[in-house]
Amino acid sequence: MKVGENNLRAKLRTLTDGAVTALAILATLLVVTPLVAIFGYLVYKGASSLNLAFFTQIPKPVGVAGGGMANAILGSVILLAVASALGVPIGIGGGIFLAEFGRGSRLAHAIRFTADVLNGVPSIVMGLAAYSLIVVTQGHFSALAGGVALGIMMVPTVTRTTEEMLMMVPHSVREAALALGVPNWRSVLSITVRTASPGIITGCMLAFARVAGETAPLIFTALGNSFWSTSLNQPIAALPLQIWLYAQSAYDDWHRLAWAGALVLIALIVLAVSLVRFVTSRGVLKGAS
Amino acid sequence: MRSFLLARGNSAFADRIFHWLMVLCALSIFAIMLLILAELMLRSSMAWHALHFKFFFKAYFDPVTGLPNYWDPVNGHFSALPFVYGTVVSSLLSLLLAVPLAIGVAVFITEMCPGALRGPLSFITELLAAIPSIVYGLWAVFVLVPLMREYVNPALIQLLGWTGLFSDENPTGLGFTTAAVILAIMILPIISSLTREVMTAVPHSQREAVLALGATRWEMIRMGVLRNARIGIVGAVILGLGRALGETMAVTMVIGNAPEIHRSLLSNGYSMASVIANEFTEAVSDLHRSALIEIGLALFIVTIIVNALAQLLVWAVTRGAPARVN
Repeated sequence: MKVGENNLRAKLRTLTDGAVTALAILATLLVVTPLVAIFGYLVYKGASSLNLAFFTQIPKPVGVAGGGMANAILGSVILLAVASALGVPIGIGGGIFLAEFGRGSRLAHAIRFTADVLNGVPSIVMGLAAYSLIVVTQGHFSALAGGVALGIMMVPTVTRTTEEMLMMVPHSVREAALALGVPNWRSVLSITVRTASPGIITGCMLAFARVAGETAPLIFTALGNSFWSTSLNQPIAALPLQIWLYAQSAYDDWHRLAWAGALVLIALIVLAVSLVRFVTSRGVLKGAS
Repeated sequence: MRSFLLARGNSAFADRIFHWLMVLCALSIFAIMLLILAELMLRSSMAWHALHFKFFFKAYFDPVTGLPNYWDPVNGHFSALPFVYGTVVSSLLSLLLAVPLAIGVAVFITEMCPGALRGPLSFITELLAAIPSIVYGLWAVFVLVPLMREYVNPALIQLLGWTGLFSDENPTGLGFTTAAVILAIMILPIISSLTREVMTAVPHSQREAVLALGATRWEMIRMGVLRNARIGIVGAVILGLGRALGETMAVTMVIGNAPEIHRSLLSNGYSMASVIANEFTEAVSDLHRSALIEIGLALFIVTIIVNALAQLLVWAVTRGAPARVN
């Protein structure tokens, strides 16, 4: 009697184990499905609409076939350049402080915590802040405001990845530099930071890829523009904004352009993420350690 | 030798400048936080003075029809209630969908899957996190919305119509449920990767101890891993909630953009972030713009609290574990 009961329990436990394994596999499949679906559909729709005109022409008026997003691509490049010029130096500086000067201090903890919290602030709020700070002051929408909104968003990511990369540089490298009489600032810049530079660069790429696709902070800062514009003081076109505009329209032609734009955007981002993964998995600091 | 050292100059000065420069960069993170808060408070003060706190929960009722008129900027009626409702409902619904899946994936990747699959699977979840919101939105509008309209919504009405939460009054395929589905797909990677991180931080001795007592693999995961990591998992879920609350573009494109409150989860709604995205550039009055900034301020404060809480919970578990890249 007793034996039979035990047998039943054992069977039940094995069964539960199997069921949970099956559920976990099912969950994984369910998560992989949308990714495959999104990518498949994107490539299918986007590739058929991509042509040379997409990269060379500016948007045509409603009803005129053809046209491209050349001005939006240029606009995105300009916005991202402004964002990087603002976000990367500040971010790397913050990372250097966390890893080199503030290790274990209360200030460093507070900064790390704030950076992580700032990372989770919705991008639309960043747009509102850049609007109140720059657009209201200047009196008009501008590429500068859009770039600043994106730049602010890059700071926490760059700070945290720089810190993580610098932490991996062994102490012996720093000590060797200091023992040779190198001033601390040179030791940090040309020894520690240089050793970690592949990692820091990939961290910047990651932040870059994140903000490249941001739309919300640009709506009321960069505003969008259907003509060529390179001035920092004028509204400027951006790839995500143009995709949004076209996706909301009722024209098949514009929908196809939106898909093509999304494909270009994704290609850029996947490239950056794969690069990051490649470099970090190879062991960034192999030479150093 | 002495002259050489003197010629090199004293590096103490340069060192000090460098040190303070780096401190300045680090402090700029505080500065950004305070600047956002100050700017938003400054620009929303007009709405704050005109509408007070009841802005967030009180509505104007039309004296003729007796129906609530929540948001009518042209006639000066402002109430953020439908936006708060929409944000809360769509976020919670998306958590309901995403959390079991995310934990399932994390369990599979850390405890079950063969080593060869681990890399590609975590890469795939990372890719999901890197897709921009606008691309999710585009996909949702052209693929998910028709799918919901034709198949999912009718099935929901048939199966769960009796609850009153799924009623057939919106034939568009847009609405809370669609927004929740796309939100769930978007917050899944962050919840799952953090859960994974927390689970990896659980020491191996815990697993071995449970296995040594004769537990099956599931019992080991339940007693040895999930129980130890539960605080961190709650943190990961809250972080996902933070992301869902502030998500803008994809939600704007599928939630239906109607400032109304309905019981049915299939009906059109609006969210706090989407109303800012849609109406800000075309605001009809200064009060309208100010009210939208106040909604942004509320969003900012709520996400800060949610994120801080999540961070503390995750740190409580991973503290002491080795730092990981990504």
